[in-house]
Amino acid sequence: MKLNELTITQAREGLQQKKFSSVELTKACLDRIKQVDGKINAFVTVTEEEALEHAKHADKLLNNITIEQYNNYPLLGIPIGLKDMYMTKGIRTTAASKVLENYIPQYDATVVTKLKNAGAIIIGKTNCDAWAHGSSGENSDFGPTKNPWNIEYVPGGSSSGSAAAIAADMCIASTGTDTGGSIRLPANFCNVVGLKPTYGRVSRYGIIAMASSLDSIGHFTKTVEDCALILNITAGNDSCDATTPKKNKPDYTESLKKSVNGLKIGIPKEYFEIGLDKEIKEKTLKAAQILESLGAKTVEASLPHTEYALACYYIIVPSEISSNLARYDGIRYGMERTNFGDEAKRRIMLGTYTLSAGYYDAYYKKAMQIRTLLKQDFDRAFEKVDVIISPVSPTPPWKLGEKVNDPLKMYLSDIYTITINLVGIPGLCVPIGFTKNELPLGMQILGPHFSEETLFQIGNAFEEVTKNEGWRKKKPVL
Amino acid sequence: MKINVSHVAKLANLPLTDEEKKKFENQLSSVLKYVEKLRKVDTSKVEETSQVTGLENVLREDQAAPSLSQGDALKNAKSKHNGLFNVPAILDE
Repeated sequence: MKLNELTITQAREGLQQKKFSSVELTKACLDRIKQVDGKINAFVTVTEEEALEHAKHADKLLNNITIEQYNNYPLLGIPIGLKDMYMTKGIRTTAASKVLENYIPQYDATVVTKLKNAGAIIIGKTNCDAWAHGSSGENSDFGPTKNPWNIEYVPGGSSSGSAAAIAADMCIASTGTDTGGSIRLPANFCNVVGLKPTYGRVSRYGIIAMASSLDSIGHFTKTVEDCALILNITAGNDSCDATTPKKNKPDYTESLKKSVNGLKIGIPKEYFEIGLDKEIKEKTLKAAQILESLGAKTVEASLPHTEYALACYYIIVPSEISSNLARYDGIRYGMERTNFGDEAKRRIMLGTYTLSAGYYDAYYKKAMQIRTLLKQDFDRAFEKVDVIISPVSPTPPWKLGEKVNDPLKMYLSDIYTITINLVGIPGLCVPIGFTKNELPLGMQILGPHFSEETLFQIGNAFEEVTKNEGWRKKKPVL
Repeated sequence: MKINVSHVAKLANLPLTDEEKKKFENQLSSVLKYVEKLRKVDTSKVEETSQVTGLENVLREDQAAPSLSQGDALKNAKSKHNGLFNVPAILDE
């Protein structure tokens, strides 16, 4: 197995046993980027020099510490990619927008500091839809990211580059932001694991804001175990983000090996009605059956206000975007407002309209009330079940260019993911197989606020029981 | 639902070309038409939700802490003067 194909757990083991060095591991990832990223366009910036410098430092540390000390650095020497929405001190941070083309942050996001303190090597900044606005990656001002499984198809967005980079083994793990599905959708389209944590579980400080009451900070990995390992590092209270509760953080890796026997899984009937691709429906229900064979029970659940979620989302999100993007005036940093791309302009316009005098009650206030009803739907469902399992997208990946001129059609691809952000609960996307056309598919496991442990437990059980299936061993041909 | 694109663009401080105005008018109208469906829901007795995990009044001690230096804060500004941001005039002389 090539070094760049390793998981975090495997890489840690190899580094600790001196089978290879962090410099070798980092070089393997950098070589892979050079080899395939011309086709994929997953990275906006590759920080080769800094990465190798830090890898050398990590190797030095690896040679000089005890095993106990090593455990304080859960990512020591491991190369990761950061979505270009994460502020990185001294490293250009663009949000994939021309507005921030030359912007060099003066400080690190809290999560970046935590990852660095854990020993991670930052290998580059990944491409995304500009300002994280989009479902396909095509809204990037630096060109679209391609799906490594078939470069004619979109990788899903907005965290397109981070998901594609993991699928194509260009780094060991990567980070994303999820405001309406921006981690789960690309994870789903790229055959990787993606976590949208509970709102507030991970600090938003230093991450370029999209819609502040929904933005969730998560990550992409090759396995559920790796996913839990990263949340152990990123989760927790931050005095710079008042929405992060002072709540105890469990060791998320501890729940991984727990049996799913007796857990109740809800299948929301509204998510399996018209509009859902037949193959996705079958595969998702099959995944639930597999979990049943391990002793979990599936029951029908109902989320009656589902049909109003998308409309609610497309009022709240543009409203908050118009406010957050008001700061980009080209004076303190960035370029003038004419440099915004079409999607950002559309959302600024829509949000300015829905917040403007005379319209606030009819739009924003109304949407915030609908949000309460959506939250009550989930509260009631979780009285009867431990988790909910659903599709991530109503269709498999689509071809590049297919939806770019029809914003509403593009928005409809987020129908199963956006509600989760409005309600603030966590969602874990895990791969479940491929379509007839060899395109990846995943499912999302949803739980009540702060129930990430249960999501990992179920995701890991599914991964374990399917580990010998043929599709698990596939690699994209590039 | 017709949206006055020029007026909204002015409120948003967003310079748009005539072509953009035309394009956005159509696209935004179709989104606004779609969100009309919320009117069907009776929300007369429903509270609004803005903070989903129920946190309220999160306060901290009023203590000064280190922050960016003046030089760092100005680092990304294109135009500065005597250690300050240079901004366009908003009033006529």
